[in-house]
Amino acid sequence: MTPLNLFLLLSALLFSIGLAGALTRRNAILVLIGIELMLNAANINLIAFWRFGPNPEALTGVMFAIFSISVAAAEAAVGLAIILAVYRHNKTTNLNQIDTLKG
Amino acid sequence: MSWIVHNLWLVAALPFAAGGVISVMKQRQRTLAAGLAVGSMALSFVLALMAFVQVLTSHGEATRQFSNFAWFQFGAEWVRLGWLLDPLTAVMLVMVTFVGLLIFIYSIGYMAEDENFKRFFCFLALFAGAMLGVLIANNLLLLFMCWEIVGLTSYLLIGFWYEKPSAAAAAKKAFIVTRIGDLGLFLGMAWLYAQTGTLLFYDAGRGCLEANALTTLAMHTTVFGLTLSSAIGILIFCGSAGKSGQVPLHVWLPDAMEGPTPVSALIHAATMVAAGVFLLARVYPLLSAGVTHGMTTTVALQVVTWVGAITALFGALVAVAQWDIKRILAYSTMSQLGYMMIGLGTGGVSVGMFHLITHAFFKALLFLGAGSVIHGCHGEQDIRFMGGLRKAMPVTFAAYSCGMLALCGVPLFSGFWSKDEILHSAFVWNLSRGPFYIGAIGALLTAFYMTRQMIYVYAGTTRLAAESTHGEHGHSGAHESPKVMTVPLLILAVPAVVLGFFGTPVWPWFQSFLEGDTANVSFGALGGAFPLMIVSSLIVFVGLGLGWLLYGRKLIVDVGALDRIESAQPGLFHLLSGAFYINELYAATVVRFTLVAASVSAWLDRWIFGGVVRAISTIFVLFAKVDSFADTHVVNRGFDAGCGSVSYGGSFLSKLQAGKVQRYLKFVGVALFVAVALLFWGGKA
Repeated sequence: MTPLNLFLLLSALLFSIGLAGALTRRNAILVLIGIELMLNAANINLIAFWRFGPNPEALTGVMFAIFSISVAAAEAAVGLAIILAVYRHNKTTNLNQIDTLKG
Repeated sequence: MSWIVHNLWLVAALPFAAGGVISVMKQRQRTLAAGLAVGSMALSFVLALMAFVQVLTSHGEATRQFSNFAWFQFGAEWVRLGWLLDPLTAVMLVMVTFVGLLIFIYSIGYMAEDENFKRFFCFLALFAGAMLGVLIANNLLLLFMCWEIVGLTSYLLIGFWYEKPSAAAAAKKAFIVTRIGDLGLFLGMAWLYAQTGTLLFYDAGRGCLEANALTTLAMHTTVFGLTLSSAIGILIFCGSAGKSGQVPLHVWLPDAMEGPTPVSALIHAATMVAAGVFLLARVYPLLSAGVTHGMTTTVALQVVTWVGAITALFGALVAVAQWDIKRILAYSTMSQLGYMMIGLGTGGVSVGMFHLITHAFFKALLFLGAGSVIHGCHGEQDIRFMGGLRKAMPVTFAAYSCGMLALCGVPLFSGFWSKDEILHSAFVWNLSRGPFYIGAIGALLTAFYMTRQMIYVYAGTTRLAAESTHGEHGHSGAHESPKVMTVPLLILAVPAVVLGFFGTPVWPWFQSFLEGDTANVSFGALGGAFPLMIVSSLIVFVGLGLGWLLYGRKLIVDVGALDRIESAQPGLFHLLSGAFYINELYAATVVRFTLVAASVSAWLDRWIFGGVVRAISTIFVLFAKVDSFADTHVVNRGFDAGCGSVSYGGSFLSKLQAGKVQRYLKFVGVALFVAVALLFWGGKA
């Protein structure tokens, strides 16, 4: 059986890729994709810790993951809607140019 | 109560409104201005006639009707005003509106060439409104307010030609001198209010001229053993004396002739100066309050009588030696006002008022005639430069003669009846015959100076062309005035002649009307008055004859010739022509005292009070300097430092808030990293 370490490594890798994408990309949609990646890394962690935990019979980890995925879906919908609205307003999705909230 | 009593205020309000409208009109809307003024006056005349008929057709108690209303609350008390319609008011209303209307019409002709035509009519209308307000007031306060507006318009009209320094000075003098009298009136009014708690004349038993109040006033005595009613009456008389030009407050009246002649006629002969007499007639119940069986008169009435007598003689004497045609009439007016006072003091309201009414007509006639003469002589007022106008101005001459005969008291003319009645009541006055003798001498002098004036102005040949400096456009000689001026003269001449028949001893309709009775024809009354009538007629004819003897027998030809009296008695003549040097006396005493007091006050103000104020202000300025130093160098600096650091902090923090989403994300990432690192290594430590 694959050890827990590998799952954690995979999720760390996925989180790092997501973080890197969110930080480096200038396109708001790609930033959103990066954030999704990070969320999924967290989901992998949840499943892994459940599977290797002391009580694998109860489906607690899966429940958490499903909740997390549905919340992420809702969040993505809202996020995309915001990006669309911002695009219509500014004619761009480049985050460097969207800085009207600066102090 | 009838419509007219409720709406009596309209009589006064109409000219007021006309004056207000005219005041905002343009300078060149001359026809409209004159039309408005004359129209409002005509309407007031109609209303006055309605009021007169209303009084005429009512009997007994109903002859005195009033309409009171609450004005404003003053502490716990309501100040109430109102108007009053009684025979006195009705007669005066008709007189003032009628004479006023004629003088307004006359003014259209007289002022035709004046550029301030509009302003003149504005003032005239304002005056008429205020004067009518005095007449209808049922409250001494309301009367006083209108009285002061009358004084103001008098000031404005005397000073109408204010570019002339003498006119401006005369206006000022009139205003100040009458104010001195009004001070007395004001004090009397305040005292009356303090004693009775009301200033309404008639208020269904609670007014200050009704039995309740009068009994209280007459019972209490005050300083010098005067009863309260007499003391208040004398104070009110001060106001009357100022307005009616009684000695010693007469000095303004002759100078008031600087105003345009219609003004002299309307204000300083017919109406305003008569307002003083009217006021006394109005408060006559107060003046005569407390007349008991033993005493037939009160102190207040005695004061009125004696002051009137002195004025009557004084005016007549001074009029003998004047050269200005209007000044002669002015002194004559003074003298006649004195007669009215004698009549009021000795014979009661009806005697004084009868002379007031007849005098208003014939003196207005004389002034308008004089205005016509001045107009015809191109502005010349000195009678030495006139002469021979009988042929040049026949209409004016005819009208003027009527006025002159009425003023002299030639039998059957109106002045004869009214003056005779005054002499009669003075004759039967039980305290002294003095006023009667003074009045008789005054009547003699009146006939004398009017004869002198007539001969100077109308007889002989003209002295105008040669000497006048006022001739314009190459005019030589005098000309008759336009119709708009002569027609009012002729209309006024009628009452000047016939009005007296309404108050003869045989048929004393006027006197009965004022007292609310019906008049009966009784030839028996003639018997009592007849001897005196003969005497007074004789006096008049002696006066006329004396005048003719001195001036008419040998006519004056030379302009520079001395007056006949001047050549006989130069000292006396100069004393008279200088009006007994009363003006100079005042200038040396009252005026000088005032000036000295003023300069002392100015010195006190500048150096003592001003010095104190300056010292105090210097201290405060010093304080302020210290304060401002502390403010700029201590308080401000601290605040500046505080503000600087706050704003620096703000600008630093605002850099973090750059609006770049990914930068925020970076912070989060770094923070995550740091947190993980701390957990990782910090946990082990």
